[in-house]
Amino acid sequence: MLEIKDLHVELEEEDKKILKGVNLTVEPGKVHAIMGPNGSGKSTLSYVLSGKDGYEVTGGQATLDGEDLLDMEAEERAAAGLFLAFQYPVEIPGVGNMTFLRTALNAQRKARGEEEMSAAEFLKVVRAKAKTLKIDADMLKRPVNVGFSGGEKKRNEILQMAMLEPKMCILDETDSGLDVDAMKLVSEGVNALRDEGRGFLVITHYQRLLDHIKPDVVHIMADGRIVKTGGPELALEVENNGYADILTEVA
Amino acid sequence: MALPQVNKVKQDATDARLAGMEMPDGAAWITEARTEAVNRVQAMGLPHARDEYWKFTKPASLVQPEPEAAALFHNDEGPLWDDLDRLKVVFVDGVFDAEASDDLAGEGLEIERLADVATKDIHWAKDLYGQLEAGEHGYTPRPLAALNTAFATDGVVIRVSGKVSKPVNLIYLHKSETSDAILHHCVKVEEGAEVTLLETGPAAARFNKVLEVDVADSAAFHHVRVQGRDHERRAVTGIFGRLGTESTFKSFTLTMNGVLTRNECVLELTGDDAVAHVAGACVGDGTDFHHDDTVFITHDAVNCESRQVFKKVLRNGAVGVFQGKILVKEDAQKTDGYQISQSLLLDEDAQFLAKPELEIYADDVACSHGSTSGAIDEEALYYLRSRGVPMQQATDLLVLAFLAEALDEIADDSLSEAIYARLEGWLERHAS
Repeated sequence: MLEIKDLHVELEEEDKKILKGVNLTVEPGKVHAIMGPNGSGKSTLSYVLSGKDGYEVTGGQATLDGEDLLDMEAEERAAAGLFLAFQYPVEIPGVGNMTFLRTALNAQRKARGEEEMSAAEFLKVVRAKAKTLKIDADMLKRPVNVGFSGGEKKRNEILQMAMLEPKMCILDETDSGLDVDAMKLVSEGVNALRDEGRGFLVITHYQRLLDHIKPDVVHIMADGRIVKTGGPELALEVENNGYADILTEVA
Repeated sequence: MALPQVNKVKQDATDARLAGMEMPDGAAWITEARTEAVNRVQAMGLPHARDEYWKFTKPASLVQPEPEAAALFHNDEGPLWDDLDRLKVVFVDGVFDAEASDDLAGEGLEIERLADVATKDIHWAKDLYGQLEAGEHGYTPRPLAALNTAFATDGVVIRVSGKVSKPVNLIYLHKSETSDAILHHCVKVEEGAEVTLLETGPAAARFNKVLEVDVADSAAFHHVRVQGRDHERRAVTGIFGRLGTESTFKSFTLTMNGVLTRNECVLELTGDDAVAHVAGACVGDGTDFHHDDTVFITHDAVNCESRQVFKKVLRNGAVGVFQGKILVKEDAQKTDGYQISQSLLLDEDAQFLAKPELEIYADDVACSHGSTSGAIDEEALYYLRSRGVPMQQATDLLVLAFLAEALDEIADDSLSEAIYARLEGWLERHAS
């Protein structure tokens, strides 16, 4: 599904290499986790894949179901089925959450040549999905993420994911800023979306999230590369011993 | 010795303009008002680019004897608020069109044509026509408004005595490429009464309009205006309002292109607990777009609230101007004054010029003002695009979001929905 080969990325503004040859393949139905110390390039990977400006790909490739992601605009990647749950969801004053969701959903459908969802059907679907994430009518009406708590913002990300039904979901530190209950709620939301056709890439610092969203594969990223790959036990190892041992081992 | 030269140039320009104008016939009271107005024009001189008050907007095309021609505007969107129950009053190039208008009658109001009122020896409009325009309003000369008072032959004169639910819609059609229209409206909203005035359309090649509004105690005046879209007009408009105790004045204007538009609004809050809101949303695309909002609000009573919200979205060399002032007189304690003027510059060629001013003589007031210019929020744009919203649509969403604070000032949803639709249409037409 998602295939990343020898991806090299620099910051556009300054001569700084962030990713130095990332190789990663996420198969449909699987949950891959990426862990790693601060500054290892985890978030950059998610931004580059989703199409944020400011990064220059100097080598390698990334494809989604064989389609070249790096050649697409951000919106085309979304329509192709890629979704990034932001670490810091952006506040957009003046744009209602519902308007935003419906615009996004129908823009994607239109891009894929599908029929747009009617206002009535949309309302029905969004209400049902919001309910399971404990998102109330007021949150749906308010401007996108404005005045939302940390937990509300993350739940809102998952709601978008649930509405857009992407093929490939990247979760960038979705656990940051969440209390235990919120983490549980968000994880349940994610788990509800797990199915055999959908891939997940979960970026996190902590094992904690992976207790709720059980990964099939765990990667350790350091200094712009995947340095170690293993099963769920690798996450436990990090939790117990930190990154130092692993990094020494691979150095 | 620059000054005497400017004065000479101004005097010559004023004489040249006045030479081509003829004062209309009328009853003694209006002839007196018109004569006084001519005297004011002569004393002030018509505006010149060197005048401080016209620093950001070139007045020449508004002053010169003959107007610049403007291509006729074809409205392919149909009339605005077409399905709204409203009293239509149509002016074609500044002349009342009885055929196209509804009967000038409505429940709770008297409405007359200025041309008819001017012939009556006794009329209540005597106390309003030219009176608010002539007021001191903060010592700033407004000679084009005085010119209007002196030479306007048409307009409506409305007296509102009850709570009128059906809005009055002044519809301005433009059918002659060189029309030079002057309209003068007077609205008197009597104690406890309420009315909504709508204005739509391109009006003329050159348009000089004055609206004088006297809002009595506990009365309310609502005003929503949509100036002709993508039209080559050159327009100067002046709203002059006086607010009584516990009265409300709310005005919103949408401007979508137009070669030159100067909208002035001069309000005096003379009764305690009055509320005045003035808002404007404007979108401009291209070097032949210049839009100027000039607002002057005087607080002269206790515990009044005023709010100015002006938003401009500009690109491709479009120029936006905001000059806004809140004057709080010595006895106007507990004043709550708010003023915000913001521009969203979609590229580096667009320009926004702002001159926000506060002048406060009372010591127990809350006044704030802010003015900003900024580019589109790249983070928000990326966020929207990452959800599949294409660049243009995402930009338009953010543009509408930026304008929302001004559009929110329209209290009536049925009016604002249509305005949103027109804006969306404009944005589509002007997709980059």
